[in-house]
Amino acid sequence: MSNKMHIKMTVNGKEEEFLAEPRELLIYTLRERLNITGPHIGCDTSHCGACTVTLNGKSVKSCTMFVAQANGAEVTTIEGLGTPDDLNPLQAAFKEHHGLQCGFCTPGMITRASKLLEENPNPTEEEIRFGMAGNICRCTGYQNIVKSIQAAAAEMASAKEAAE
Amino acid sequence: MKDEITRDDRVANLKGMGCSRKRVEDARFTQGKGNYVDDIKLDGMLFGDFVRSPYAHARIKNIDISAAMEVPGVLAVLTAKDLEPLGLHWMPTLAGDKQMVLADGKVLFQGQEVAFVVAEDRYAAADGIEAVEVDYEELPVIVDPFEALKSDVVLREDTVQDGKPVDGAHGPRKHHNHIFTWEAGDKEPTEEVIANAEVVAEETMYYHRTHPCPLETCGCVASMDKVNGKLTLWGTFQAPHAIRTVVSLISGIEEHNIRVISPDIGGGFGNKVGAYPGYVCSVVASIVTGKPVKWIEDRMDNLMTTAFARDYWMTGKISATKEGKITGLHCHVTADHGGFDACADPTKFPAGFMNICTGSYDIPTAFLEVDGVYTNKAPGGVSYRCSFRVTEAVYFIERMIEVLAIKLDMDAAELRRINFIKKEQFPYKAALGWEYDSGDYHTAWDKALKTVDYDGLRAEQAQRVEDFKAGKTRSLMGIGLSFFTEIVGAGPVKNCDILGLGMFDSCEIRIHPTGSAIARLGTISQGQGHATTFAQILASEIGLPADSITIEEGDTDTAPYGLGTYGSRSTPVAGAATAMAGRKIRAKAQMIAAYLLEVHDDDVEFDVDRFVVKGAPERFKTMKEIAFAAYNQAIPGIEPGLEAVSYYDPPNMTYPFGAYVCVMDIDVDTGVTDIRRFYALDDCGTRINPMIIEGQVHGGLTEALAVALGQEIAYDDMGNVKTGTLMDFFLPTAWEVPNYETDYTVTPSPHHPIGAKGVGESPHVGGVPCFSNAVQDAFRAFGNTHTNMPHDHWRIWKTANALGLHD
Repeated sequence: MSNKMHIKMTVNGKEEEFLAEPRELLIYTLRERLNITGPHIGCDTSHCGACTVTLNGKSVKSCTMFVAQANGAEVTTIEGLGTPDDLNPLQAAFKEHHGLQCGFCTPGMITRASKLLEENPNPTEEEIRFGMAGNICRCTGYQNIVKSIQAAAAEMASAKEAAE
Repeated sequence: MKDEITRDDRVANLKGMGCSRKRVEDARFTQGKGNYVDDIKLDGMLFGDFVRSPYAHARIKNIDISAAMEVPGVLAVLTAKDLEPLGLHWMPTLAGDKQMVLADGKVLFQGQEVAFVVAEDRYAAADGIEAVEVDYEELPVIVDPFEALKSDVVLREDTVQDGKPVDGAHGPRKHHNHIFTWEAGDKEPTEEVIANAEVVAEETMYYHRTHPCPLETCGCVASMDKVNGKLTLWGTFQAPHAIRTVVSLISGIEEHNIRVISPDIGGGFGNKVGAYPGYVCSVVASIVTGKPVKWIEDRMDNLMTTAFARDYWMTGKISATKEGKITGLHCHVTADHGGFDACADPTKFPAGFMNICTGSYDIPTAFLEVDGVYTNKAPGGVSYRCSFRVTEAVYFIERMIEVLAIKLDMDAAELRRINFIKKEQFPYKAALGWEYDSGDYHTAWDKALKTVDYDGLRAEQAQRVEDFKAGKTRSLMGIGLSFFTEIVGAGPVKNCDILGLGMFDSCEIRIHPTGSAIARLGTISQGQGHATTFAQILASEIGLPADSITIEEGDTDTAPYGLGTYGSRSTPVAGAATAMAGRKIRAKAQMIAAYLLEVHDDDVEFDVDRFVVKGAPERFKTMKEIAFAAYNQAIPGIEPGLEAVSYYDPPNMTYPFGAYVCVMDIDVDTGVTDIRRFYALDDCGTRINPMIIEGQVHGGLTEALAVALGQEIAYDDMGNVKTGTLMDFFLPTAWEVPNYETDYTVTPSPHHPIGAKGVGESPHVGGVPCFSNAVQDAFRAFGNTHTNMPHDHWRIWKTANALGLHD
């Protein structure tokens, strides 16, 4: 297995360059190679969304994408969404509205929600439930996740209004 | 000194019991800084993974590892032959049986662990697994427990001696594939009551096999430090202290040389209570290689092998007077335990607390008999979000009530009401042995029915049936009812132990000189928010703000010994220990306060966050001041420091209860269900954090929805698992799940120091029958009595079809 590929990618604003086997999965690259352990592995089959990252502007399940397919890409994970001193409104809203319990789905959930709100800043409950259907949570029953996303949307809207 | 803030402000500042304190855990989880077992990285760490059997029953003729050892990155391949000299090729199960760690001559279920490949990383391990050659000889497969009890095929050769079945851990076997018979109640009197009853309803129901399926699978990292002789084992353990003891007993490593750490756990739901072959193999591999070894299940491993739940065939008879007063209950269970009896139950209860199956009703005579059976299915039998088979028991009685209501042509809500145990009957001794500590069922039931306008719903339903018959609609309406009583908080050491380990729990508190604190417990959170709620209990007990109290769990080197978190036992047992330890702190603080205030101990009293002189509230010492004095002032007759520990052995279980109503529309032509309304009233006694309680209810109901409406572990006749990925195994998404209405009453537990009862599992226990009853109720007007879960669209369509609704 020595046919390694030369991969370049930008992860959370940082340029990364390395040699990898073509079969290496993106989630493995992030977690094992780059020590970015926010995205998790829940199912290995694209169903649960614990591994969700944003790749070139789209939500992607990184457990079923080869790193070779991500060559040259720009990737954002939960670690790139906010900082302790400057939380993403979703990060604050999930805490405020009890949108998480065990926390295992949370990084993927918030990463997906951030993309959802970027595409649709003012979603209805139905649009949120449909837009989040690729991310499974075993703990919360989703009710408070929906509430958290609604609250973050409202927060982002009022911040935008204040800035204008 | 005059108080600048009011007493109410002081109470609010504590963020103690009763407030919806935001969770302290969330900062790390929302920022991707959780530390789950697969996030652990150690220098030189290797990765181990299993060669698993493709067959459900086969003899192993040969295992050839030579090609695998040539694979780049592979360092070792362990088989049963390597473990045998260490006595580790089999291990004890929690149920008194034993289980192969690696296949010893044969395999008993698909996915069984055959060899353990240790490699530099998980890709190399996967390559190595592909290269291991196993020569299998297929044997006849039995996936039906009734067939197993008739078959000549011996599944477990250790069950037979001289051609006869030998006794098992729980008594004589009726057959070589039979594990145990367990009885509760009075057989003959029950049979007599039923034989002579005015009305008897009978039903057979199958509570299908399913799986807890937490989003994080099971895994561990074992690191044997040969220099210091210390083993550290990180893992997804719901009971880290018990794991340490078990590892010590089976490995021979002295317990002080073993440190078990449960890091953040991504959901448990019972899946992470047991001990699995992966743990043993990782420890052995670390000893063999001298390096840390990680093992992490993939999802298919998880669904196929670790910890199924349910799989109970239940036959019931319930007798009543013509007016509907229940007189007797008989229940027989054939329990499919798979290839090894690895149920996670207290030792004296091989069928868990199934004998809570008289439910919330005053049933004078009852009898329960459970037969455990081996089949060629995976071992497990864990309590999936439930306290030891309570889910099965509550499903059984809540279905039997509905079946009886049909037989009596009576309203099922009214039938429940006239049979509830009355408030004044508590403490209530049930026919199958338990003493219910407290309850007020009628109040809860009336509140629930009134809130949902039960009579209005029934009128609407009747109209819908008329419209359906008139061809105006193809949709039916189901009203699901359930009233459940749980039994949680295992439990009193006198009758509750696992492998001989008493099921008490513990809390140790250390107050720091500046008035903050750390408390450690024998439990471990898997999402329940212990770091938030246990600090609230302490805040109210010791008068220091919850924000100044760190809660730590899961490290056996630092936390006091306890039996862990499952069966809703954290609040009933460790929560009680926390309150009791807090009271010890307070007792010492009282003496210090009295000394500082120069009065007698009896002349000061606790008030929120301070001790005040009785009758002179302006004279006081805050807990913060007392903490400083405890360390820094020489007080005659009192040791310096302010610490306490409590090991709490509960005098009884706690008995949370609740009333649930589900309103569902069903499309008769597609079988698609639409949950229009779900109302859940829970009584978990004293409420510590309403926000967290509500979150637990939402989550438990969603897991109930899953089990009732589609989630199962299904096998074909060859013992192949048909539901090994999330493509086939139903986990509801946000799209399928409704909004829930939550409500409560408060009936404190009389024996618990703060009156709390536990809530995490109630919504699952009560939710499954509620969803199922809604489906079945929709078809009641057309002659349906009972259909088995899971009620997926296809099965509902078949029910409608069988009732002639498509004609």
